[in-house]
Amino acid sequence: MQDLINIFVRSIFIDNMIFAYFLGMCSYLAVSKTVKTSVGLGVAVIFVLGITVPVDYLLDKFLLSPGALEWLSPELATVDLSFLSFIIFIAVIASMVQLVEMVVEKFSPALYNSLGIFLPLIAVNCAILGGSLFMQEREYQTIGEAVSFGLGSGVGWFLAIVAIAAIREKIRYSNVPPALKGLGITFILTGLMGIAFMSFMGIKI
Amino acid sequence: MAMSEEVKKREPLFSAKNRKLLTTPLGKNNPITVQVLGVCSALAVTVKLEPAFVMAISVMAVLAIGNVVISMMRNLIPNRIRIIVQLVVIASLVILVDQVLKAFAYDVSKQLSVFVGLIITNCIIMGRFEAFAMANKPWPSFLDGLGNAAGYGIILIIVAFFRELLGSGTLWGYPVLEKLGIYNMGYENNGLMILPPMALITVGVIIWVQRFKNRELIED
Repeated sequence: MQDLINIFVRSIFIDNMIFAYFLGMCSYLAVSKTVKTSVGLGVAVIFVLGITVPVDYLLDKFLLSPGALEWLSPELATVDLSFLSFIIFIAVIASMVQLVEMVVEKFSPALYNSLGIFLPLIAVNCAILGGSLFMQEREYQTIGEAVSFGLGSGVGWFLAIVAIAAIREKIRYSNVPPALKGLGITFILTGLMGIAFMSFMGIKI
Repeated sequence: MAMSEEVKKREPLFSAKNRKLLTTPLGKNNPITVQVLGVCSALAVTVKLEPAFVMAISVMAVLAIGNVVISMMRNLIPNRIRIIVQLVVIASLVILVDQVLKAFAYDVSKQLSVFVGLIITNCIIMGRFEAFAMANKPWPSFLDGLGNAAGYGIILIIVAFFRELLGSGTLWGYPVLEKLGIYNMGYENNGLMILPPMALITVGVIIWVQRFKNRELIED
């Protein structure tokens, strides 16, 4: 249990998707103009990461990694399909996003209306594919670890986009040099926030 | 009218219009600093020049070839499933690039780690497929791909140049500052430049300089 909490906290603060790896920067920069929309997108990302990372974990464990097909028959123990992982992961993500969209539309129309336009966007959000690829690279051992990594990364992304949206709402009243307005100052602010997040380094539960 | 006549005439391979496709993404319409595409996988590989250069070349290969493929298939792709078709094309090209890197430049491919795979979700590629290759012939699409990838690569290389020079005092692994004897004058490497946040700040400064010089890009 402690391991799981450790991975969760680590992926929120230390290995933060935005501040440490710059994943999902495109939507982070484009959608962070108001807090309301960024909360919507952030929740959608937590949702999708929490689902796709464990699904990709299972696929990786039972289909893709070297020797993973052994459960079918012992002769397949030498098969290594890991070169297919990119295309399989992206297919899983695209179809999961569709599925999540349909399920949310059916069971919670209110949530669907607030997430609406963001869900399809998520399929090409680097943070989602990045989550699956990091999961594969860091070799998490159990599905519990994969779930807590997925959710933790999602929460970290959510925190980052809500924080930058709040700052951007306030900064409209400040006197930013004209050439730095908009995109430039957002980059610099993100950098400063990243430096602040680095103070979490070395935290261990 | 003038437009349709121009299209009817056979264009030379490097007509003014085609040259423009190559050059505008380098400056006025840069994918990173102006269109804000593909920032995701860009910044993490800029600690040193070598991985940044390899990343730029990989993106160039994927974008130029992908643009040509999509452009040749543009009349065959049903509109409703085009995103999936585009993703399949990108993913297959990226798998090729990844395998080539693993075979011929294993060290760099280890340094780039997941970021080669993340070329798939690099918004530049989807963005150019949607905005250009779906509506244009293969040759202009090829040039557009080259130009945009070059614009992306230039930013990567500028950022990596400053980060490697100031952060580790080397260029492409060659100890420039040591050879120049700068350390003897009491200079020390700025360790902060190696850390992720400084990549963002460097890009912010590049945007600042570019917009300061090119006033029409300034946002309100």
